[in-house]
Amino acid sequence: MTDTFSQAWSDSLQALLQRGSSAGADLVEIFLERTDHIGLLAEQNRITSVNPTFAKGAGIRVFLDGRDGFVSTNDLSQEGLTRSLDQALAMLGLEASALSTANGFEGLSPLRDYGHDKETWLATCPSMADASSRLLQGTAQLERLGQHLQVRRGSYARDWQEVLVAASDGTFARDIRLHQSTGLSVLAADGDHRSSVGRRYGSSDRPDDLHTWDVEASAAEVCQSAGKMLRADYVEAGQMPVVLANRFGGVIFHEACGHLLETTQIERGTTPFSDKVGQSIAHSAVTAIDEGISSGAFGSLAMDDEGMEPQRTVLIKDGILQCFISDRAGELRTGHQRTGSGRRQSHSFAAASRMRNTYIDAGPHTPEQLISSVDNGLYCKAMGGGSVGPTGQFNFSVEEGYLIKDGQLGRPVKGATLIGDAKEVMPRISMCANDLDLAAGFCGSVSGSVFVTVGQPHIKVDTITVGGR
Amino acid sequence: MTSQSLNAVLLRDRIQLLAQQAGVQHWDLGAACSDDCSVQVDRGEAKQLKASQRSSITVRVWNSDGLVGITSTTDLSDGGLQQALDGARQASQYGNPDDVPQFSPLATAPLPELNRPLKSRQGILPLLARLRDAEADLLGRHPAIQTVPYNGMAESLSTSLYLNSDGAVRTMERTQASLYLYARAEEHGRKPRSSGAVRLALGSDELDIPGCIKEAAERTVSHLGYQPIETGIYRVCFTPEAFLSLLGAFSSMFSARAVLDGVSLSNRDSIGDSLAVPYLSLYDDGLHPGHLSAAPFDGEGTPTQKLCLIEAGKLRNFLHSEATARSFGVQPTGHAGLGAKVSVGPDWFVVQTSEGISSGSALNHTTCTDPFVLIEDLSALHAGVKATQGSFSLPFDGWLVKGGERISVEAATVAGDIRSLMNSIVHLEQDLEITTRGVAPHVWVDGLSITGEA
Repeated sequence: MTDTFSQAWSDSLQALLQRGSSAGADLVEIFLERTDHIGLLAEQNRITSVNPTFAKGAGIRVFLDGRDGFVSTNDLSQEGLTRSLDQALAMLGLEASALSTANGFEGLSPLRDYGHDKETWLATCPSMADASSRLLQGTAQLERLGQHLQVRRGSYARDWQEVLVAASDGTFARDIRLHQSTGLSVLAADGDHRSSVGRRYGSSDRPDDLHTWDVEASAAEVCQSAGKMLRADYVEAGQMPVVLANRFGGVIFHEACGHLLETTQIERGTTPFSDKVGQSIAHSAVTAIDEGISSGAFGSLAMDDEGMEPQRTVLIKDGILQCFISDRAGELRTGHQRTGSGRRQSHSFAAASRMRNTYIDAGPHTPEQLISSVDNGLYCKAMGGGSVGPTGQFNFSVEEGYLIKDGQLGRPVKGATLIGDAKEVMPRISMCANDLDLAAGFCGSVSGSVFVTVGQPHIKVDTITVGGR
Repeated sequence: MTSQSLNAVLLRDRIQLLAQQAGVQHWDLGAACSDDCSVQVDRGEAKQLKASQRSSITVRVWNSDGLVGITSTTDLSDGGLQQALDGARQASQYGNPDDVPQFSPLATAPLPELNRPLKSRQGILPLLARLRDAEADLLGRHPAIQTVPYNGMAESLSTSLYLNSDGAVRTMERTQASLYLYARAEEHGRKPRSSGAVRLALGSDELDIPGCIKEAAERTVSHLGYQPIETGIYRVCFTPEAFLSLLGAFSSMFSARAVLDGVSLSNRDSIGDSLAVPYLSLYDDGLHPGHLSAAPFDGEGTPTQKLCLIEAGKLRNFLHSEATARSFGVQPTGHAGLGAKVSVGPDWFVVQTSEGISSGSALNHTTCTDPFVLIEDLSALHAGVKATQGSFSLPFDGWLVKGGERISVEAATVAGDIRSLMNSIVHLEQDLEITTRGVAPHVWVDGLSITGEA
C-alpha cells in the first residue's frame, strides 16, 4: 500500500467494507491517519526541547442495531486491517466467514479529495530553525517588556495530519489538516508575590502563520497581564454579577452549554436540554453558533472525521434552542441530523459529536455599557480552563480579574473560580456587546483532545457564584 | 506489532544496525506496546465496545557535539525506525548545551522485584456481560438512580522497555483491569446528582465489582439531600482520594526539574525546610503493593524506589532524573520520563503520620459531632490550581457534617494556599486507605475558605 492516502487505497478498502457488510454489519467505517507533529519549547533564551513525532494508524468502526464496535491499530497492512475488522465484527457477534448477502454495500463513491491542493503545506511550514528563531524572539520580547520575570517561555506546535475515510455507505474522502499554535507564558515573582500568565494563539490551514505572528504584541499582552496580577489580592467570594471579556471568555458557553448540546450527552442522559428544541433555554439576548467553516480558525475543517463537510449550525437563536451538534452515531441513536461534527483526536478514538468554532454572537451594546451597568461585580478579562460534569455543573477559572465598583473597573483580583448550573446561568446572560472575537483552544472529551475555537463578545451574567477566599 | 512481538534484543539489534549506518554512536530508546479492550453499556445495551493494538517508540541520539535530539513514532518498521533516527539527529542540532542528559548511572543496576503476576484476559464479551450485570445491580439500588452515564470495564496487556547503546536492556510486562461506575440520580423537583467509584486489579477476574457497585450507590444516594452551604471559613476533612489529588496537583514542590526551571514553590536550598506540620510524613513509593500499575524502572531505566519526600514536616528529598540528580550531586530516584527535556514526576504518594509524633487530636470523620466539611472529591484541578503560585480554588463534592449528620453540599468551591494548608493540618486519622492515586488517611485541615450559594 502507498505511504500517502489516495485513490490507490480504494480496492483494499472496498474489500474490507465488503467483508464487513457481508458479515451483516449495518455500517462499516474505516478511518486512516498519518501525522507529523513537532513541538518546540523555548525557556529564557534557549531552545530546551524539540520533539518530532510521527504516527500512523487506523480506526475501524462497525455498527449493528445501534451498537458499535471499534478497533484501532498501528498496523496498516491489509492483514492488520482485516484482523482489526474481524475483531470489531466479533464484538457484535458477527463473523466475516459467515458470508451472507452484501447488506447494501454498493462500492465507494469517487474520492472527494480535500487535500489535493494542500500537498505542499508540510514542506512550506516553518523549519525547525525558523520556529526556533521565532520562539526566541518571543522570549526576548518578554524579557524586554516584562518586569520581575522569573521564567519566560515560548512554545510552538505544528500538527500535520492526513486522513482518509471510507464507509460502507459509499463515503470516500481524504483531507490534509494543518494546525499550528504558539504560546507565550511567564512567571513573575517579587518577594511573596507571584503571578503566572500565559496566552495561546492558534490557526488551521495557514502554513505561514508563524511568520505573520505579531510577537511583540503577544509579548506585550502577556507582560501587561503578569504585571497587573503580580500584586493582586485574592477575590472575595460570593454571588455577584460578572462581565466576561470577549475571545477566551467564550469558555463559559463552551463549558456551560456547548457540551450539553452534543448528542453524546443525549445518549448518556446527561443534558437537561434533550427535549428542549424549540424552547427557551437562554436569555433572549443570546444567539449561539457552532461552525467549522471560518477561514483559518482553530476548529475549522474541510470535512469532519466521518467525511462530512462542516456546516454553520445555529444552536440557539434569541434564546431558543434550535438544534444539537451531531455525528453519525448521534444521528443513529438520537435522530438529530448530522452537522459535520464527528471529531476525534486520532485513529485511537471513535468519532463523537464535538464542538468546532463555538461562540455567542455579537449583540448591540458596547463593552463599556456592560461594565457601567454593574454596581458591584467582577470583570473577567482573561479566562483559564474549565469543565462540566454529568449533572450540568460547570466551572472555570479566571486568570485575570478586576473588581467592578459603581460601573467602573477597579483593582485587579486573582484566585476566582466561577461555578454554576447550565440551566440556571444561560438565562442570566442578559447583555451581549458588539465586539465578537475568537480564541484558539483544546477541548478534551469522549473522543480525545480536539482543536476548537471559543468566542464571544463581552457578555454580562446577572449573577453567578464566584469562588475565592 | 503486538505485546508478544516487542522483543527487546531484536529491537536493540535493529536499532544498533540502523544507528551504525547513520553514524550514531550513542543512543537510547523507550518503547511500549499494548493490547487493550474495553466496554461501555447503557441501560442494559452494549454502548461501545473498543479494542486497540498500539505501539510506539521514542529514540534519543547524541550527535558529534554531544547534543541530544529525540523523535517518537508509532511505526516500528525499519523505515519507521530510520525516520525516527533521522528526526532525532535533526532535532539534536537544537539540543540545549546547558542541559545535556546522559544515560542514567543506574540504568544497569539490579531492578526491584515486583510481585505483579500476569493475569489471563477474559475478552470483550465476558467483560460486557459483567458490566451489564453491574449496571443493572447499580440501577436497582435506589429508585433515584436512573442512569449510569459514565461506566466502563477494561483490561489490557502492555509491554515497556528501555534500551541504550551501553547495553542496558530493561523490559516489563503487565496486565491491568479497571471498572468505573458513575451514576446519576434525580428526585422530582430537585437537581440531578452524580457520583461513582473506581476499581483496579491485575486482571478482570479480580475486580471488586460488588464493592464498586456498593460504593457508587452509597456515594450517589448520599448526595440526593443536598443543600447550599454558606460562604465562610470551615474546618475541613479531606478523604484520602481528595487529599492525594490536591497534593498531586502541587507535586512540582518535589520535582527537581521544576526547581531548576524556577517553576516550583521549592528552591535548591529547600531541603530541610519545614513544609508541613511535624506529624505529617510523605513518601513516594512506586513499589507499594497497592500500586497495581507499578513499574520496576523509569523512562531512563533507573530502578523504582521508595523515597522519603517529607519527614516529620520537613522536606527531605526531591524527585530526580539523571540530569537533575547530576546537577544536585545525588543519584537519580527513578522518576524520569524520556525526552529531550526529561520530565520528572511523582509515582505513588504515601501520606502517613510521622513515627512517634502525634497531632494530639482524636478527630475521626465517622464520629465527630462538631461541624465540619467532608470533602470527597475535587474537580477541575487542571484549571483551579496555580502550582507556581501555591493557590487553589476548586469545585468539590462533599458534605457538611453536623452532629454526625451528613448534608450534601450543593455547588461550592474550596480555596486556599497549599503551603498554608500543609501547616494547618490538625490531624491525620490512623487508618490508611489505598486509593487509585496512592495511600493516605483522612486529613483534617482548619481554616479553609468555602464559597457556597446559600
